[in-house]
Amino acid sequence: MTAAPKTQRLLLVILAIAALAGAALLALWGLQGRAAYFVTPSEIAAGRVEPGVPLRLGGMVSAGSIAPVGDGNSFRFRLEDETATTTVRYRGILPDLFVEGSGAVAEGRLLANGEFAADRILAKHDENYMPPELAERAERATAETVAAP
Amino acid sequence: MIAELGHAALWLAAALAGLQVVFALLRGQAGAAALPAIRAIAGAQALLALLAFAALLHLFWVTDLSVALVATHSHGDKLPFYKLAAAWGNHEGSMLLWVLLLSGFGALMARFARALEPAVMRGALGMQGALALGFYAFLLLSSNPFARLDPPALEGRGLNPLLQDPGLVFHPPTLYVGYVGLSVAFSLAIGAMLGGRVDAALARAMRPWVLLSWTFLTAGILGGSYWAYYELGWGGYWFWDPVENASLLPWLAATALLHSVSVLAAREALRAWTMALALIGFAMSMLGTFLVRSGLLTSVHAFAVDPERGTFILVLMALYVGGALALFGARIAQVREGAPFAPASREGALVANNLLLSVILALVLFGTFYPLVAEAFGASISVGPPYFNLVAGPLALLLVALLFVGPLLSWKRQFRPLSKGAALAGCGALAMLVATIALGWSMSLLERLGLALGAGLVIASLVPLLTRKPWRAPAPVWGMVLAHLGVGLLTVGIASESAFTKERLAIVQPGDQASVGPWLVEFRAAVPVAGPNWTAIEADLLASRGAGAARLAPQQRLFNQPATSTSESALLTRWDGQLYATVGQGSAAEGWQLRLWWKPFVTFIWAGGLLIALGGLVSLVGRIVRALREARPARASARYREQRSW
Repeated sequence: MTAAPKTQRLLLVILAIAALAGAALLALWGLQGRAAYFVTPSEIAAGRVEPGVPLRLGGMVSAGSIAPVGDGNSFRFRLEDETATTTVRYRGILPDLFVEGSGAVAEGRLLANGEFAADRILAKHDENYMPPELAERAERATAETVAAP
Repeated sequence: MIAELGHAALWLAAALAGLQVVFALLRGQAGAAALPAIRAIAGAQALLALLAFAALLHLFWVTDLSVALVATHSHGDKLPFYKLAAAWGNHEGSMLLWVLLLSGFGALMARFARALEPAVMRGALGMQGALALGFYAFLLLSSNPFARLDPPALEGRGLNPLLQDPGLVFHPPTLYVGYVGLSVAFSLAIGAMLGGRVDAALARAMRPWVLLSWTFLTAGILGGSYWAYYELGWGGYWFWDPVENASLLPWLAATALLHSVSVLAAREALRAWTMALALIGFAMSMLGTFLVRSGLLTSVHAFAVDPERGTFILVLMALYVGGALALFGARIAQVREGAPFAPASREGALVANNLLLSVILALVLFGTFYPLVAEAFGASISVGPPYFNLVAGPLALLLVALLFVGPLLSWKRQFRPLSKGAALAGCGALAMLVATIALGWSMSLLERLGLALGAGLVIASLVPLLTRKPWRAPAPVWGMVLAHLGVGLLTVGIASESAFTKERLAIVQPGDQASVGPWLVEFRAAVPVAGPNWTAIEADLLASRGAGAARLAPQQRLFNQPATSTSESALLTRWDGQLYATVGQGSAAEGWQLRLWWKPFVTFIWAGGLLIALGGLVSLVGRIVRALREARPARASARYREQRSW
């Protein structure tokens, strides 16, 4: 069944539109529950984060909070933003630029007890590195604090 | 002096690019006569850009600290190798490289793309000049690489240690050749639409450039992936990071274009679609540059962040892409309808390939930019690997399944019973699927299907060679077979790495052993070592699997300029996988942190990627050789006619 030229172009256009519509549906479905990939401690504190979902948690490493646990390969530390703190558990090698008082991003999932289990810690590439999301939120928070009184 | 020379060369090149555009806009008699002048200007402009780039290389080579860029990115102590590479390991230098390639491709196009209508050629070279002009303006107005520092710095600030790696020397230039090569397809499409000639001749003229940039993009992405794999020390090779997506987007568009251009060249079909893809391809390149250079999205590969520059590129991009799409909309109705074909033909399969690639492209594009768009509306949203794997994985597997039959169908033909080859491949895939279930391997459905379909494709990809004498097959067929075989291996490698990777984390003292997968790794000692600009603690590891042992030496490096520590992983490569080791913090008293991975068949990812790039290269070289062979008799007969006329 070789289609006539005019119908063939029409057919291709319809196919392309159908494919794009399918892509849009797939994208929306794919984003279901996966849109909040980057969260902050205050969002966890507010109960807006579902346990067990893979995501990234960003914050500043609280001073004096890094502590080895057990065999020396596991660590516990706290990530904080302006209003809240989350305890993070991590088993592995801490990155070179991971220090108290500077920004870090933990990749993992929230546990039912409110702690965050990290599979990977991102704090690399640049000693001045701060994820833009975090920098902006810190800025906004500072602005709000200044405006508050 | 050299800096001023480079700066002046840039201004002159920009002026020539402007002239190139003006000449291309000439109409009538003057327009027809302008083509030789345009070709000459394109060549001169490229030479000036080359001069500017050479000036920058020289400044980095002699470490001229009175130049701001050198002072902030180089250091006198650095190894000669990295001194030059530092020239493009920063924003300004890399944009200079970009514009050098843009003008270089313009000159090459002027020299070699001769089989086209003069009107098409004028339009194409004019567009290439306009593209270059925009990026010259970007360099000169917002990112001058030759800006002086007054007073000069006493000492350079040094290059980020993570960039002090052979990866820096090869990865950015390779990727850039791929990005910018797509500008030729873009300009040719614009020229063809302005000249009203979208035909097989255009497709044949466009194909080598698409092949070239696609090959380089493939190699660049593969190289970058391997670089991140061993340098970041996370054991991963793809993070669905915005910067990675920025290179994947043009690759997806180029892959689709590569296939649709064949349909246009062979069958004069898919005209409008091919033009659209040619525009989208370079638009994706510019978008990628914008993404990388603006730093608007969080990336593990974050470079310097400067929103102002991002805006400039965004405006440039909006002008070019908006203009191109407007032209497309205005002219496309006049493009003649392509030749008809049956659904179950080679063309039909290639249409399916294009649709799938475009959908993957749309999904990756959406996932990458959705956070930015959402942010504009006040919502803070981020999209990560879970989304990308979920939406792109199944579609990529569909594409792999399509590859079982696509290359075996013939052009135009309505229907042919499935060949024995496709049936054999199907059996192979089925056998693999049954085996993974029968052996009780626990893995996700996607991984299981990946192993099965990838294994089937390894068989299916070879069939086009088996139906004839392999050594008689033309180079493009060899190229296709190699590339498709590479896709099969890559799919198997990805599934295997994801399903079977074994990880081990241990605290070790000298003499301790740790096992991971089939390997037994002995930690013999922690040794201090020193390099030209770093010191390190090196773990002396002995890995054995059955008979024989091999040494591994991961390090914790401390660079002195700038003072930063990095962890250097060590890799042991065997045909069936890689043993990956990193060493963490520690001391003689408490022991050392040791992280080991055994990644079965991760080697297939690297081999598969190399085969894909090699396939592109073989096809490209084959086509160039054939074009030369065809041109020679033609030229000889032309010369003969010339002599006769004397």
